[in-house]
Amino acid sequence: MSTATTSPARPAPAAGRPATRRRGPGNRALLVLFLGYAVLVVFSVVYLYPFLIQVATSFKEPAAATRDPLSLVADPFTTAAFQRLTETRFPLWFANSVVVTLVVTAGRVFFNSLAGYALARIRFRGREAVFSAVLAVLAVPGIILLIPKFLVLNQLGMYNTYPALVVPLLVDAAGVFIMKQFFESVPASVEEAARIDGAGTFRIFWSVVLPMARPALITITILSFQGSWNELPHFIVASNDPDLATLTKGVASLVSGQLGSGNQYPISMAAALVMTIPVALVFVFFQRYFVRGGTAGAEKG
Amino acid sequence: MSVVRPPAEATAAVRTSRPDPVGPARRSRGRSGEQNLAGWLFVAPTLLVLGVFLVVPIVMALWVSVSDWSGRGSPFAGTVGFVGLDNYARLLTEEGLTRSDFMTSLRNNVYYVLLVVPLQTVFALFLASVLNNQLLKAKGFFRTTFYFPSVTSSVAISVIFLFLFSGSGAVNTALRAVGLDGPTWFNDARGLLHVIGDGLGLWDAAAPPAALADTSVLGLSAWQWLAGPSVALSVIIMLVVWTTTGTFMLMFLAALQDVPLEVEEAARVDGANRWQSFRAVTLPHLRPTVLLVVTLGIIGTWQVFDQVYVMTQGGPSKTTLTPAYLSYSYAFENQQWGVAAAMAFVLFLIIVALTSVQRWVFRDKDAAQLRRQVRQAEKRRSARRPGDDALAVAGTDVPTTGGGSR
Repeated sequence: MSTATTSPARPAPAAGRPATRRRGPGNRALLVLFLGYAVLVVFSVVYLYPFLIQVATSFKEPAAATRDPLSLVADPFTTAAFQRLTETRFPLWFANSVVVTLVVTAGRVFFNSLAGYALARIRFRGREAVFSAVLAVLAVPGIILLIPKFLVLNQLGMYNTYPALVVPLLVDAAGVFIMKQFFESVPASVEEAARIDGAGTFRIFWSVVLPMARPALITITILSFQGSWNELPHFIVASNDPDLATLTKGVASLVSGQLGSGNQYPISMAAALVMTIPVALVFVFFQRYFVRGGTAGAEKG
Repeated sequence: MSVVRPPAEATAAVRTSRPDPVGPARRSRGRSGEQNLAGWLFVAPTLLVLGVFLVVPIVMALWVSVSDWSGRGSPFAGTVGFVGLDNYARLLTEEGLTRSDFMTSLRNNVYYVLLVVPLQTVFALFLASVLNNQLLKAKGFFRTTFYFPSVTSSVAISVIFLFLFSGSGAVNTALRAVGLDGPTWFNDARGLLHVIGDGLGLWDAAAPPAALADTSVLGLSAWQWLAGPSVALSVIIMLVVWTTTGTFMLMFLAALQDVPLEVEEAARVDGANRWQSFRAVTLPHLRPTVLLVVTLGIIGTWQVFDQVYVMTQGGPSKTTLTPAYLSYSYAFENQQWGVAAAMAFVLFLIIVALTSVQRWVFRDKDAAQLRRQVRQAEKRRSARRPGDDALAVAGTDVPTTGGGSR
C-alpha cells in the first residue's frame, strides 16, 4: 500500500534494482495486490468449502453422500436427514441448550456487570484483593477443572440436575474484567448527579450507569451466548443423564454412537448444521462485538 | 455536567472531600460504610460462584490426588485413605500401564503443540499481513470467512471433519483426483516421523532399529518417543490450525493497524524491499502480539479435549490420547480418581512452567535484539550519508516500543 500512495512522488529510489524501475512501482503494487487476492481466494476456498459440503450433504441421500462427497449439489434433494433428526432426542437436546444458554447468558450479564461496576467504581475495603482473586481465576486453565467440578457438584448433591448445568457457568472472570474496564471509562459526573438527587448505589447502577453500558452489555451477551451454546466439557462432567444432554453432548454421542458408523453422514451433517445456525446468525449480525470481545478478552493477561 | 471528564480516582477524592450539610465526619463514615456494604453485595454472587465452583473444587481435587478415593460416596468419608504421593509416582516413576499411558499422552501432546502453535501463528500473521493491504477490496468478507470457524462449536466442526477425512470422504476423493492414495485417516496409527524416515530410507518402519526399539525412557521406547504425530493426530492438528488461525489473525490485524506508516515508508524510501521492511519494521513492532499469540497457543494446545472426545476417544492405538482426555477417561470411565486428579495437576504444572519459560525466553530475546539493533544502527549511522535517519528510526525506536508496551 505504501508503494501505491508514495511512489508517484518518489524520485526513483530503487537505483540498485533496475527491473523494478523499468516496470514501474505501480505495476509492482498491482502485482502484490493480485497475489494477495490469489492467496485470499485460495484460503477462502479452504475455509468455506467444508461448510458448503456440510450444507449440501445434509440434503443428500446417504448413498449419494459417500459416493460423491465433494459435490455441492444434492441430487436427489431430500430433507429426510432433518426428519430423522426430529425422531431422535435431538429436539430435546436443542431445548436443553436453549434453556441453559438463556439462563447462563442472563446470569452472566447481570452478575458480571454488578461485579465489574463494584470493582471499577465502588470504593469498598478489600476491593484490590477481590480484583486480584478474579485475575488469578482467569489464569487457571479450564480443562484441569473437569474433575474438581464433578467432585463439588457430586458433594453438593447437584450432579444430574439442571442447576448443575447452569450455576457453575453463571459467572466468568473474563466477563467481570471486560465490564470493569468499560465502567472505568464512564464519566463519574453522571453518577455524582444521581447521588446528589439521593439515589442509592444499586439504583445508580441500575438506572443510570447500566443503560450507558449498552456496547459492553452486548459484547458480554454475545460472548456468553456463544460460550455456553458451544460449551462441552462442563456438560460432560455435570451430568450423565440423557435427558439433560445439551446439543454439544448429544451431537457428540450421535457420531460416536450407532449413527456414526456406516453411511449416516447426512444426519450428522444436518445435526451439526442446525447447532451452528444460531451462533452463525448472531455472528453475522453482531460481528464487530465478537471481534472486540475476542481481542479484549484475550489481552487481559 | 462537568466539562472535563476527570479520571475515576480523582473524582473519588473530590467526592469524599465535598462539604456536606449533614457534617463531613458523619457523612464520610456513613458513606464509606454504605460503600463497603454495597461493594461486597455487588461482588458477592461472583465470589460465591467462583469460590464454590472453582476454588473449593481445586482444593478437593488436590485432596483426591493424594487419596485412594474410588468414586463412591464422599471423598471426605472416613473410609478414604491418604496415600501421599503414590498417585503421582504411578504417573511419573512407577513402571506400569498408567505411566506408559500418561507418557504416551504427553508425547502426543508435545508433537501436537510443536506443530499447532507455530503453524497457527505463521498462518495468522501471513493472512493478517495480506489482509492489511489498503488497496484490497472485500476485506470484511475475507476476515469473516477466516474468523467464522473460531466462533463455531468445536463439536460441529469435529463432526464435519469426521466426514471430510473419512475413508471415502472429500479429502481422499480430492487426493485421488490428483493421483494420490489417501490413508484411512482416523484408523492410521503410524507416526509421521516413522513414515518419513522410512520414505527417506533412514529406517524400516516395520523393523525399527534395535538401538531405538530397545532403549526405554520412562516406560516408552525411544522408537515410540520419536514416532511423531500419528496420521490420526495430524487430522486433529489440521482441524485446530484451521479453526484457531482466524482468532489470532484478528489480533495481528489489530496490531498491524498500529504500525506507524511513516516508519514503514521511510524504510521503503531508504531502499528496503517489502520483505526487508517487514522484517526490520513490522515484525519488531508485532513482537508483543507474537508473544501473546504464542502464549495463548501454548495454553490452549495443552488443553485439547473436545476434538479428541468427539473424533477419536484417544485411538487408534492411543496415538490421539492427550493428558486432558486421559485424565477424564481415567476418572469417569475407569474410576481411578486419584491418578486422574494427579494427571490434571501435572498438566497444570506443565502449562505454568511452559508459559513462564516462554515468557522468559521472549523477554531475554527482546533485550538482546534491542542491543543488537542499537549496535547495527550505530554502525550504519557512521557509514551513512548525513540527513538520512529512516533506518536509524527503524533500527532503534521501534523495538523499544515493541518491547516496552508489554
